[in-house]
Amino acid sequence: MSARKPLLEVEHLVMRFGGLVAVADLSLTAYQREITAIIGPNGAGKTTVFNCLTGFYKPTSGRLSLHHPDAIYLLEQMEGFRIASQAGVARTFQNIRLFPGMTALENLIVAQHNRLMRASGFSVAGLLGLPVYRNAERAAVDKARHWLQRVGLEERADWEAGNLPYGAQRRLEIARAMCTDPILLCLDEPAAGLNPRESAELNALLLSIRDEAGIGIMLIEHDMSVVMGISDHVIVLDYGRKIADGTPDEVRRDPNVIKAYLGEEETEELPPEVAADIPELRE
Amino acid sequence: MEYFVQQLINGLTLGAIYGLIAIGYTMVYGIIGMINFAHGEIYMIGAFVSIIGFLVMGLAGITWVPLALLIVLVCTMVVTALYGWTVERLAYRPLRGSFRLAPLISAIGMSIFLQNYVQLTQGARVKPLQPIVTGVLPLFTSPGGFTVQISYLQIFIILLTVVLMAVFTYMIAATPLGRSQRACQQDLGMAALVGVDVDRTISLTFVTGAALAAVAGFMVTLYYGVIDFYIGFLAGIKAFTAAVLGGIGSLPGAMLGGLLIGLIEAFFSGYFSVEYKDVAVFIMLVLVLIFLPTGLLGRPEVEKV
Repeated sequence: MSARKPLLEVEHLVMRFGGLVAVADLSLTAYQREITAIIGPNGAGKTTVFNCLTGFYKPTSGRLSLHHPDAIYLLEQMEGFRIASQAGVARTFQNIRLFPGMTALENLIVAQHNRLMRASGFSVAGLLGLPVYRNAERAAVDKARHWLQRVGLEERADWEAGNLPYGAQRRLEIARAMCTDPILLCLDEPAAGLNPRESAELNALLLSIRDEAGIGIMLIEHDMSVVMGISDHVIVLDYGRKIADGTPDEVRRDPNVIKAYLGEEETEELPPEVAADIPELRE
Repeated sequence: MEYFVQQLINGLTLGAIYGLIAIGYTMVYGIIGMINFAHGEIYMIGAFVSIIGFLVMGLAGITWVPLALLIVLVCTMVVTALYGWTVERLAYRPLRGSFRLAPLISAIGMSIFLQNYVQLTQGARVKPLQPIVTGVLPLFTSPGGFTVQISYLQIFIILLTVVLMAVFTYMIAATPLGRSQRACQQDLGMAALVGVDVDRTISLTFVTGAALAAVAGFMVTLYYGVIDFYIGFLAGIKAFTAAVLGGIGSLPGAMLGGLLIGLIEAFFSGYFSVEYKDVAVFIMLVLVLIFLPTGLLGRPEVEKV
C-alpha cells in the first residue's frame, strides 16, 4: 500500500447533550483516497460524529482538522455552509433529504450554487442573461448531466425529486453531494432500504468515485456486505467510544467487536448473588 | 355592463398593487415561516421615498415625465430595499433559532417603530402630490352615456406590474438566487449543506420583497396622490389577506390573490358600499381561513419527518 495521507483527523471529540454523552473522547483518522466505514450498534454515536463534521452540531470539545493540499481547515470553528462550500465536506442522510419540489437536474444545479452565484454577479448577470453567466450555467448543467448519467438517472432529469423511486433518490443524493466538489464525502447509511442488486451497484459507484475523483469517503453502514466489500478501513464505535480500528479483516476478528455486537457470555455478566441462585452454575 | 368593465379596470389596478406587496409576505413566509408584519410599513416607506423623490425631481428641474418616473422608481426601490435589509438584520436575524413567536413579536414592534419614525420625521399630516401622469383613454361609450375609460396611469401600473412579475418569476425559476431561495424554502438545513449561504439568501429575500413593495408604494403615490404614515397598516393587512387567499408560500398564489382582493374591493365598492369595502376583504380572509386554509394554490403542509 502506498503511503497513506491523512484527510480528516478527529482528535478527542466530545459531544454532550445535557447529561448524555453521545461521543466520548473519540479520535480517528480517515485517509485520502480511501473508504472509511464507521460501524457500531444503534446509538453508538455514528451519526453524531457526522453531525459534528458537517456543522449540524457544535462539538462540546475536540478538534476536527481537514487536510487540503494547501491548507488545514478546522471544521469545529466553521459555520455550517462554509464547511460545505469552502472545506469541501458533503454528506447524505439516513432519511433522504433531497429538495423534493425541484427536478432531479435542479437538485444537482443547486449544489453548484456557489460557483454560479459568483459567475452571475449575485444574479444580476443571470437576470440579464450575460454570456459570462450563460457559460457558467452551461458548465453546471453539463456537470449535473454527467452525474445523472453516472447514477443512471439521465432519463429522469426532469422528474421532481420527491416523485423518484426510493433507490433513485438515494443515488441522486450521492450525485448531489458530488456536485459540490467535495474532498470528503460522508454517507449516512447509503445502502439502507436497497435491495441486493441496488446495493451491489452502490458498491461499484462508491469504488469508482474513490478511484476516479480521488476523494475520501466516510460511510456509516449496517449492511455488512457493503462495509466488508468496499471499505479500506473500518472503525467500530460503541457507546461513543472507538473500540476497534483497522482493515475489515482485522475488525472482523477483534474480540471487542464481537463482544459489542453479540454480547459476552452471560455467566460473566451475572452478579455473584444472581449466579449463586442458578443451580447449574453452582457446581 | 359598462359599469362592470370600469370596475374591472379599477380592480385590476388595485390588485396589481396588492399583488406586489403580497409577494413579499409570501416569500418570507415560504423561507423562514414567519409573517413579516413590518412589510406594510416597508411599502409605506416606499411611498414616502417616492414622494420625496418627486419633490427632488421638481427642484432639480427634471420635468420630462418618463425620465422623472424612471429615476424616482429606481431610487425608491434601492432606498426601500435598504430598509428591508436593515429590518431583517436588526429585528429578525438575531432571533433566528429562538422560539417561533419571537420574530413575530419583533415584527410587530418593528412595524410600530417604523410608523412612528415616519410620523416623527415626516409629520402626521397627509402628504399630497399633484398628478404627474394625466390623461385618460376612452374605451367605449354606452347608449346610456356612460363612458368606460382607462387612464394612462392605470395602463402604466398594470404594465409595470406585469413586467416586474415576469422578471421576478424568471428570477425565481432560472437564476442562482432564485434556485437557492427555492432550496431554502424546501429544506433550510440541507441548503446549507450543499453550500448555500442561508443568511445571505434570507437577506436577499427581504431585499427583493422590499423592492417590490417599494414599487407598490410608488404606484399608490401616483394613483391616489395622497399618502400618510398610516397607509402601511391597512394595505399590509390586505396584501397579507391576498397572500393567504392565494396560498401563503406560493408565488403565483400571491399574484392571483392580490388580483382577486383588488377585484373584490373594486366590485364591492362599485355595487354595494364604499364604506364597507374593507369589511368585504376581511370577510374573505375569515372565509378562506375557515374553508380553504391552504389557499387557492397553496400546498397542504406536509409534516417533516
